[in-house]
Amino acid sequence: MDQPAIEFRRVVKRYGDTTAVAGIDLQIEQGELVTFLGPSGCGKTTSLRLIAGLELPSSGQVYIAGRDVSHDPASSRNIGMVFQSYALFPHMSVLENVIYGPTLRGLSKRAAIDSARELLDLIGLQGLGDRLPSELSGGQQQRVAVARAIIQQPDVILFDEPLSNVDAKLRRKVRDEIRSLQRRFGLTAVYVTHDQEEALAVSDRIVVMNQGQIEQVGPPSMLYERPKNAFIANFIGDANLISGVIQGGIFKATDVLIPLQDQDGPAVISVRPERIGLLSGGSATILSASYLGSRIEYLVDALIGEVLVSRPIFEPRFEAQDSVTLQFDPTTIIRVG
Amino acid sequence: MNRVSLTWARFSWPTFLVFLTLILPWYDSGSESVFAEAIGDKSWLFPIVLLTGILSILALIDPNWRRHALAGPLVITGLCWLFLQAFTIGLRGPHWLLILDLFPSAVDGQTGFGFGAWALVLALVGALSEVLAARGFCRGDRFASFSVIGIASLLGLFVLFPILKLVFAAFVSNDGVISIYPFFSRLVAPDLWGAACLIGAGRCGVVINSVVLGILAGISATGLGLALALLVSRTDFRMKRWLRALSILPIITPPFVVGVAIIVLFGRTGIITVEVASLLEIRPSRWVYGLPGILMAQILAFTPVAFLVILSALEAINPTLEEASTTLGARPLTTFRKVTLPLLRPALAAAFLLTFIESLADFGNPIVLGGGYDVLSTKIFFAVVGAQYDLGRAATLSVVLLLLTVTAFAIQQVWVGRSTYVTVSGRSDAGLVSPAPPVIKWIAVLMVAPFVFFTFGVYLIVLIGGFVHDIARMELAPTFTHLWTAFSFEISDTGLQLYGSAWNSMITTLWVSALSAPLTMGIGILTAWLIARQEFAGKHIFEFITLLSFAIPGTVVGVSYIAAFNIPPIDMTGTLWILVICFVFRNMPVGMRAGLAALAQIDRSMEEASQTMGAGGARVLRDVVLPLIKPSVFTALVYAFVTAMTAVSAVIFLVSARHNMATAYIMGRVENGEYALAIAYSTVLMLVMIVCVALMNLMIGRRILGRRLSFKEGSPS
Ligand SMILES: Nc1ncnc2c1ncn2[C@@H]1O[C@H](COP(=O)(O)OP(=O)(O)OP(=O)(O)O)[C@@H](O)[C@H]1O
Ligand SMILES: [Mg+2]
Repeated sequence: MDQPAIEFRRVVKRYGDTTAVAGIDLQIEQGELVTFLGPSGCGKTTSLRLIAGLELPSSGQVYIAGRDVSHDPASSRNIGMVFQSYALFPHMSVLENVIYGPTLRGLSKRAAIDSARELLDLIGLQGLGDRLPSELSGGQQQRVAVARAIIQQPDVILFDEPLSNVDAKLRRKVRDEIRSLQRRFGLTAVYVTHDQEEALAVSDRIVVMNQGQIEQVGPPSMLYERPKNAFIANFIGDANLISGVIQGGIFKATDVLIPLQDQDGPAVISVRPERIGLLSGGSATILSASYLGSRIEYLVDALIGEVLVSRPIFEPRFEAQDSVTLQFDPTTIIRVG
Repeated sequence: MNRVSLTWARFSWPTFLVFLTLILPWYDSGSESVFAEAIGDKSWLFPIVLLTGILSILALIDPNWRRHALAGPLVITGLCWLFLQAFTIGLRGPHWLLILDLFPSAVDGQTGFGFGAWALVLALVGALSEVLAARGFCRGDRFASFSVIGIASLLGLFVLFPILKLVFAAFVSNDGVISIYPFFSRLVAPDLWGAACLIGAGRCGVVINSVVLGILAGISATGLGLALALLVSRTDFRMKRWLRALSILPIITPPFVVGVAIIVLFGRTGIITVEVASLLEIRPSRWVYGLPGILMAQILAFTPVAFLVILSALEAINPTLEEASTTLGARPLTTFRKVTLPLLRPALAAAFLLTFIESLADFGNPIVLGGGYDVLSTKIFFAVVGAQYDLGRAATLSVVLLLLTVTAFAIQQVWVGRSTYVTVSGRSDAGLVSPAPPVIKWIAVLMVAPFVFFTFGVYLIVLIGGFVHDIARMELAPTFTHLWTAFSFEISDTGLQLYGSAWNSMITTLWVSALSAPLTMGIGILTAWLIARQEFAGKHIFEFITLLSFAIPGTVVGVSYIAAFNIPPIDMTGTLWILVICFVFRNMPVGMRAGLAALAQIDRSMEEASQTMGAGGARVLRDVVLPLIKPSVFTALVYAFVTAMTAVSAVIFLVSARHNMATAYIMGRVENGEYALAIAYSTVLMLVMIVCVALMNLMIGRRILGRRLSFKEGSPS
């Protein structure tokens, strides 16, 4: 029972000369929502399709619920998938769409209809069973797609950028709905997105990918607060990367000295923009100030280079050309290189 | 429930067939099972018995081929041995004397494949596809894997193999010796390449004749097609729908009837010839026989194709390009010359090459109107069917013809590219199309007018010719005698008696069409789906071969089928099946194209959704793909049906006294000069086609639309 819901063992997927997934090891636990996050073309969709069985690995193994499914086609794995375009069958009614899977797997039509009705009621689609997908709003279509994916209690449910067709205002609501459904049914879910805010909001754990490989895996807070390398620091939230040297517990970069207990040698540190304070007067100059409603972002020209600083709106404000001094909080500085 | 579906997943149908192989008669005529034959004197069948035995035992242990590591090599060995023995030991003993040392009894030879052998072929192909699917072929989908391997085998057997046999036959001398010499001596014969006519001195060789005809037909049809397309899309002539409907006419027009109508109009005693001759006081001549007549008939037949190709390109041109040119100060004529025409160039080239290929492949018109003007397709026909049967010569001519059409086709594919293939349609919001400049418009009208009159005249003859006393002599008294000659019947107490001379061919034609149309459509659409949606090793070769069968002229197919299927192991000439098979593989590329075009419009994630919900390839196809591409399925079906009823070039070689086809019968009547009968039969054929298509529409079309509509109406909105 306690084996991982999904396990990748040295999974590689090649398309001709391009390597979409370059040797991934990963375990996903039962009932967990894991997000694949990364820049475009890094292999997120491919990894998801490898779980679904829509692609078979070039080498390595995929396990679902402890079973090696590396050579099984999609139809013989027990998974549910929500597609970016929803992929509802336009020639079937909502109800027919939802009962399609259960009847294929041998459930009687009557029983399938009963459980489909129940599920549709549960997710707020009561009375829409006889409509065609084209007669539903985008958000409703999305819910049908989710209902269709979870009705047969899959071992895992897969989402490929499920929010990219939802308009910006609805996104937060739909994302919370997905999260609460997943929790309520205790589903294992894998979620692909390239929106880091979305990933931070919904995930139990995030898998950050780059060029077909995993850069770091961990809960959102860990990735944000303790990024393993410069790529992660930069990709999850904004970060100022400063290169310098550590010598005897002090990080030095031109005129900056910060206490940092770490191994001696050249180093790169990451400082979050909201963790830098600004004091009036000094050697640094404000290049620009952007008003963002809840905060102000300053681009500051300092001796160590250009630094991005983000300050709450209620603090004293600065204008471009003002002279300032940067204030670093040593406890929030992470060495990333 | 899961248990049930699991047992079914384990079941594998090739298992059954392997068992069957052991019982069914192995050879085609009055034979016993492979076991009995092997024990008899056909000792070379023992490996097959052994193999079938091992496979049966494996199947008994576990019917799932995917579990047996040994199955793959075994199956491949089996297929190799099966075909090796079949092709090396023929009807009159082995082809290589060496074999006699191994199997002395082979001297008596063997006949062709029977049920047992075919069952084994099918079983082995099935087992092979299951084994490969288990290794991840076609992403592990058994159905897709079987489809790929099955269709590849069929293409190999019914497209590639005959062509190879044909090429081989070109190298066999008349007394059966294989060498390069006979091919070259046939190839350089002066009646192939003579070019005397080009300098105005005597006749040309058939190759030159064919190419000249092809180029002339290509240029004329493309020019006319362009004129028609411009009139339809760039002027205020309101005849678009009419012209589109009219462009279907050549497809449903049986061969020869246009030729006959041209003879009736322009022959030596033709209506127009006689009128003009008496007007000018000259003697009526046989001027129409030869290049002029064939060219007229071909222009009539191929202009619609050119028209459709050019029209779709013309409609795909973004109007803003022309508007841009106008706003830059160009006059309409300049815009037309500098913008519109260059944009049309790929489509014009495509139209020309397509017409060129069709003209080379055309058989019906040259045979009726050719006179002394020989072209490749007719020469090939007479080499096989004529007084001196000479397969070697027919094969050599076929190779030449094939090279010409394949080259033209390759140019079309590579040079013109796919720009004409994928056309953008449904453009409604991108500005207004600029009308053609007046000069262009009037040139187009001047070009099109004679064509329209001519078409009108020809079809008028076709329409009335069968129902008047003697159209050729302008005796226009209405009569049904011709029809009655062809289709007389009697209803007596012994039931319906069919006396008419045409019944036999009509019934065969209907059977062949009805059998081949769904098969053609099925294989075509399935192939399209495999190419569009599956990833598998060798896909490019697969695609290439399906495309290749586009470019093979019917005459070449006919000869190649004779070369390939006249002798064991695959001995099918004279049967109904060879006709059906011939149509299936000739028309399947059209269904494939229709399918590819339709599939390109469909989001493939719907199919993937179906897969993730547990549907295998066959269910995906049935539940999702077919319902969504039904219009193209229907088009493919209708096309396959209609072409099977009107095609002649390949079947003329394959018909037999027992299984005669309508077109072959009509050709016989034309050769006898029974024009009225030929026309009457053709008219009936066209009517039958229209009725059948309407019926199909009613049965299939209604069901498609009906379902969707009822849903729409039934739901509150
Ligand atoms: N069917 C295919 N054939 C060839 N290459 C492919 C195929 N599918 C994906 N690739 C390549 O594999 C790499 C990873 O693709 P993938 O779709 O997994 O990226 P992704 O992380 O989902 O990107 P995005 O955020 O843009 O969706 C890309 O370089 C892509 O070009
Ligand atoms: Mg993607």
